[in-house]
Amino acid sequence: MRDQKLWTWHVLAGLVILVFLGLHMTVMHLDKIFEAETLNPSDGKPIDWANVVARGKTLFFPATYVVLLAAALFHGLYGLRGILLELGPAAGIQRAISVLFVLVGAGLFVFGTWAAIMSHGLAKAL
Amino acid sequence: MSDAKQILYRVRRYDPARDGAPRWQDFTIPRTPGMTVLDGLWTIKQTLDATLAWRASCRMGVCGSCGMLVNGRPRLACNTQVSELGADVVALAPLPNFDIIRDLVPDLAPAFDAHQALMPFIVREDVQERENPTGEFGQSAEELEHYLQFSYCIKCGCCMAACPTYATDPSYSGPMPLAQAHRYNADTRDEGFRNRKETLAGERGPWRCHFAGECSRVCPKGVDPAKAIQLMKRELVLDYLRLRRAHASAPVAPKPKDGKRRPDVPDAPARTV
Amino acid sequence: MLKVQGHPNRLGVRGWAVGGRWGLERYLYTLHRLTGVGLILYLLLHILVTSSRAFGQAAWEAAMGRVSGPVFHAGEYLVFAAFAFHAMNGIRLVLVELGFGVGKPIEPVYPYKTSVDFQRSLAVGSLVLAGVLLVLGTLDFFVLD
Repeated sequence: MRDQKLWTWHVLAGLVILVFLGLHMTVMHLDKIFEAETLNPSDGKPIDWANVVARGKTLFFPATYVVLLAAALFHGLYGLRGILLELGPAAGIQRAISVLFVLVGAGLFVFGTWAAIMSHGLAKAL
Repeated sequence: MSDAKQILYRVRRYDPARDGAPRWQDFTIPRTPGMTVLDGLWTIKQTLDATLAWRASCRMGVCGSCGMLVNGRPRLACNTQVSELGADVVALAPLPNFDIIRDLVPDLAPAFDAHQALMPFIVREDVQERENPTGEFGQSAEELEHYLQFSYCIKCGCCMAACPTYATDPSYSGPMPLAQAHRYNADTRDEGFRNRKETLAGERGPWRCHFAGECSRVCPKGVDPAKAIQLMKRELVLDYLRLRRAHASAPVAPKPKDGKRRPDVPDAPARTV
Repeated sequence: MLKVQGHPNRLGVRGWAVGGRWGLERYLYTLHRLTGVGLILYLLLHILVTSSRAFGQAAWEAAMGRVSGPVFHAGEYLVFAAFAFHAMNGIRLVLVELGFGVGKPIEPVYPYKTSVDFQRSLAVGSLVLAGVLLVLGTLDFFVLD
């Protein structure tokens, strides 16, 4: 059951990433080509504080960041775990990798979600 | 390609009693029209070095014994003409990803163990009919096509030698066993999907296949293991999402009513088991 | 089962790249892994760096200051390139690994047409799409800057 379930979610997460990371990359790195002013209301770079605040004010961006965070962490860590396990390490190391990745993934998800919620509150207050 | 009268065979040798590690040995032998790689090995054994070891039996691409690495590619020695290689050197090594028993003889036992673990036979729930058959299980020509291609597998191990996952991961079942698991899963006479799923859903299943495609490129029988594995993944994913529609299992086909047995055809011999 | 002690002959990681005379899809397999490892390692750092926005403007601008300059700009470009390839090749892999585009089981008649041949146009198409994305990204990164 394990890999049948995890691999199915790996594929589904990949599709979620395709949509939301595609959007994220468009906003961040194709902004001049698509002239995505609505997403970057203040002139200048997408990473300027004014633009960070503008995106943080909306509900859409923080919400999709959390979805993307979960999908990308799961997809990436499951993929990396697969590559490492395919190198054929000893059973103890395989278990250690799995546990470590669950901890890293959960920890970063909690931290990233906290940051998205906090910065949403911060942006609305400004 | 040259039309030289001689051809150089560069053969990977390994004698567990003498050699610490495999080594290369060169043999120059006459080049004859229509000569297969296997023919050359026989010439070497008969005229130059009787100790050279390899496996072969049928010499016509049916038995699956003579799989070896021919000029960097897993192939059947009997099915490969020296002329089609287009080279002046025939470099022969045992199939990689298997331990070397001696010279060109790989130890294929791990592949057969993985094959056996995936129940490569018809599984039926009607034990009575299976043990004491009253007739044939009916199957349409279209249903036959779902698995016919995969049933041509001769277990030569070429796909396992080409697989990049199997190259690092001995716990991966590999293309041959997985393709054979799908061959039975896709057979309408079979009811063993649930039983095989116990292994297939875990880490010995198809999940470590990432479609490098090499198994299908090297298969000497056109079995296309990669296709079988991807089709099996779809079935298993649909099964997890509870969207899989299991095939109805084939019933015993009705016996033909008309027609008479020809008098010159003898009865089948009595059962011995 | 007969037990024999043979000489180990696994290709190992070498087999991912230099196994022999391999096809396009095997190199895409290796590149998909390399870009995937790059992207997940970047993501782990990216989460830590961009979360600084939760601490206000000063923290954000300090963090962005630390990851600016030509080296980081080039690094970001590599991440974008890895994304372009991994995403477009990933679309192909989702289709193919769920058994779409690999053809139906057929009677194998020589010369064999395998699933690899059936999906080849998808492989080429995904490379073309990745190339288009990369051109757009290159314009944005270095030309329109």
